[in-house]
Amino acid sequence: MKEFSNNVDIKDWYISHFQAFENSLNGSSKAPFHQIRRSAIAKFADLGFPGRRDEEWKYTNLSPLLKHQFPVAARPTSLPAETVRQFVFKGLAENLLVFVNGRYSRELSNYRAPANGVIVDSLGNALKNRPEVIDRYLAKYAPFEKESFVALNTAFAVDGAFIYAPDNVAVEQPVHLLYISDASAGSHFASPRNLIVAGRNSQVKIVESYHGLGENPYFNNVVTEAAVNENARVDHIRIQDERLNAYHVYSLETHQQQNSVYWMVNVDMGGALVRNNLTLTLDAENCEGHLLGFYMANGKQHIDNHTAIDHAKPNCFSNELYKGILGGKAKGVFNGKIFVRRDAQKTNAYQNNKALLLSEEATINSKPQLEIFADDVKCSHGATVGQLDNEALFYLRSRGIPQEQANSILQYAFASEVFGHITIDSVREHLEEIIEERFARL
Amino acid sequence: MLTIRDLKVSVEGNQILKGVNLEIKAGEVHAIMGPNGSGKSTLANALAGREDYQVDSGEVLYRGKNLLEMSPEDRAREGVFLAFQYPVEIPGVSNANFLKTALNEIREYRGLEKLDAMEFLTLVKERMQLVEMDPKLLNRSVNEGFSGGEKKRNEIFQLAVLEPALAIMDETDSGLDIDALKIVANGVNKLRSKDRSFLVITHYQRLLNYIVPDVVHVLVNGRIVESGGKDLALHLEEHGYDWIKNEREAPVTM
Ligand SMILES: Nc1ncnc2c1ncn2[C@@H]1O[C@H](COP(=O)(O)OP(=O)(O)OP(=O)(O)O)[C@@H](O)[C@H]1O
Ligand SMILES: [Mg+2]
Repeated sequence: MKEFSNNVDIKDWYISHFQAFENSLNGSSKAPFHQIRRSAIAKFADLGFPGRRDEEWKYTNLSPLLKHQFPVAARPTSLPAETVRQFVFKGLAENLLVFVNGRYSRELSNYRAPANGVIVDSLGNALKNRPEVIDRYLAKYAPFEKESFVALNTAFAVDGAFIYAPDNVAVEQPVHLLYISDASAGSHFASPRNLIVAGRNSQVKIVESYHGLGENPYFNNVVTEAAVNENARVDHIRIQDERLNAYHVYSLETHQQQNSVYWMVNVDMGGALVRNNLTLTLDAENCEGHLLGFYMANGKQHIDNHTAIDHAKPNCFSNELYKGILGGKAKGVFNGKIFVRRDAQKTNAYQNNKALLLSEEATINSKPQLEIFADDVKCSHGATVGQLDNEALFYLRSRGIPQEQANSILQYAFASEVFGHITIDSVREHLEEIIEERFARL
Repeated sequence: MLTIRDLKVSVEGNQILKGVNLEIKAGEVHAIMGPNGSGKSTLANALAGREDYQVDSGEVLYRGKNLLEMSPEDRAREGVFLAFQYPVEIPGVSNANFLKTALNEIREYRGLEKLDAMEFLTLVKERMQLVEMDPKLLNRSVNEGFSGGEKKRNEIFQLAVLEPALAIMDETDSGLDIDALKIVANGVNKLRSKDRSFLVITHYQRLLNYIVPDVVHVLVNGRIVESGGKDLALHLEEHGYDWIKNEREAPVTM
């Protein structure tokens, strides 16, 4: 594989593949969304990839990602069902959409849509069959004009998940979106694109999870948009558990209407280089936004969380708690923005981020950033960086628990504050098991 | 059971224990009294294996083995238990899970079957009654938000579950109300046996009315300066420590 030395060349590499990609779309290149793809690739050509001089990328060096020429993920591929099974969450095997290298796999998926007009489908199918919803919501929130990774995703977006809850319907069962990146035969670049639309008074629960197979490096550039209408509630959990050959960039944009509630729990355990851009926009009165995050990294992993909670209107509440555990030479970055716009009086916004460093070479750069333009608000933020509590460690060991196990018990306890907020019991229990096992292996 | 010879221990570069000698036989209860800061907790922590307590010299034999060479967890598995003066709070770790993990580690080490959830619960219920501990405390995080007395009770409850051969109790009585003191002391008395020894650190004669010691030692300034029967504690209660300090230190300082 040829290596590129600068951002301009690699930008051109992606642009040069747009034409071939466009040809592969056949008929669907006539759809209105394709015009958006075209604007997006043009925007991407303007923006290019961010560099270290970009304030938002100061602590995240993209050059390991940008030295690769990843081919655009080809046609849909498949996997043996038993390979997939290991990644399926407990109790969710019948509420499952499976994606291989960003493309929907019908035969691996298993979902019977409940009545009441709920739609759980691939974005690929929705682009064909649901033009009215697509035109109204897709690419309306994720800012491809400003963000190069969103622009790149938008340009190459063909598939992903489409979840639509009509007005007044509560979808009880969580939907499991299972993304498997299979890099056993070669490298690839995938652009999964998810769209969640929650109608008035509706409820949906979504569990997105990302896993990898094989050893070749690859790049997952994901965008999820969520439109949350009046009185709706979305419970959204993302778990990224890819392998160390993964480059993963994830962008979330939510847009909330009056009295709506959004719960996001974001967990990163894998990936060589991970960047999350998570933005919750509370764009009407009496909204609640909850953002909970946990990440753990080891070796040379780099995990960057840039979050923003945008209070655009009065009387809203937001709560953010982000926790990370870093060992080895791992690097963590946390940037938490809270915007309180001039209109947004009576805002309550809380942010807290805590990191645990297990080794002397692990680092965290953490920056809360509050930008408050209203005067009658309650905002607070706190940040702590620490090591495992030696007193607690000794206490556990003095009762006969071996040191390594005592370490993992304390790390688990640190993490559990975040997991405690997962409202879907089966998912929380499943995750707790994964995490516990992961700690035991540390 | 335990032989301590000329033990010298430093904390952050200051020598706190300046040559402690002590011999505890199986089944005996020894009490250690002494002024604040004299090194009682230092001795307890050094025996439990706390790493920031630097052993400068001396020797500790526990059931014929060199205790000072063992990791804290191995000491616990070998049967040493310290009921802490200040039990630490561990948010996010359930008291029950913690104790089950500890018990099974110790059982495994001793070649016993691990207990399953049901067996553990049965045992725990029985031992909880011994110290009349509120069962709700079992489902909370370890010591988190426990009152001073609840923390102490939890320590003795753990002692009852883990069944050590050598139990060191560091000021278990402080923080317990009068009734609780009786209950906990009765619990401890039920745990007394010919194979189990106790080292009880306390400031007050009252505890020793309930848990009657075989030997009472007085630790002053890092050394055991007086040992005697249970009457020594009564004498101390009445006269304080000055007479000992004067007796021992006067010739040196003059
Ligand atoms: N971590 C530490 N750093 C510095 N000094 C310490 C530390 N731990 C103990 N010391 C000092 O060692 C001395 C003995 O302390 P220790 O806790 O053993 O006393 P004690 O006899 O248990 O007292 P008390 O009756 O008040 O519990 C004290 O002067 C104390 O300040
Ligand atoms: Mg003490």
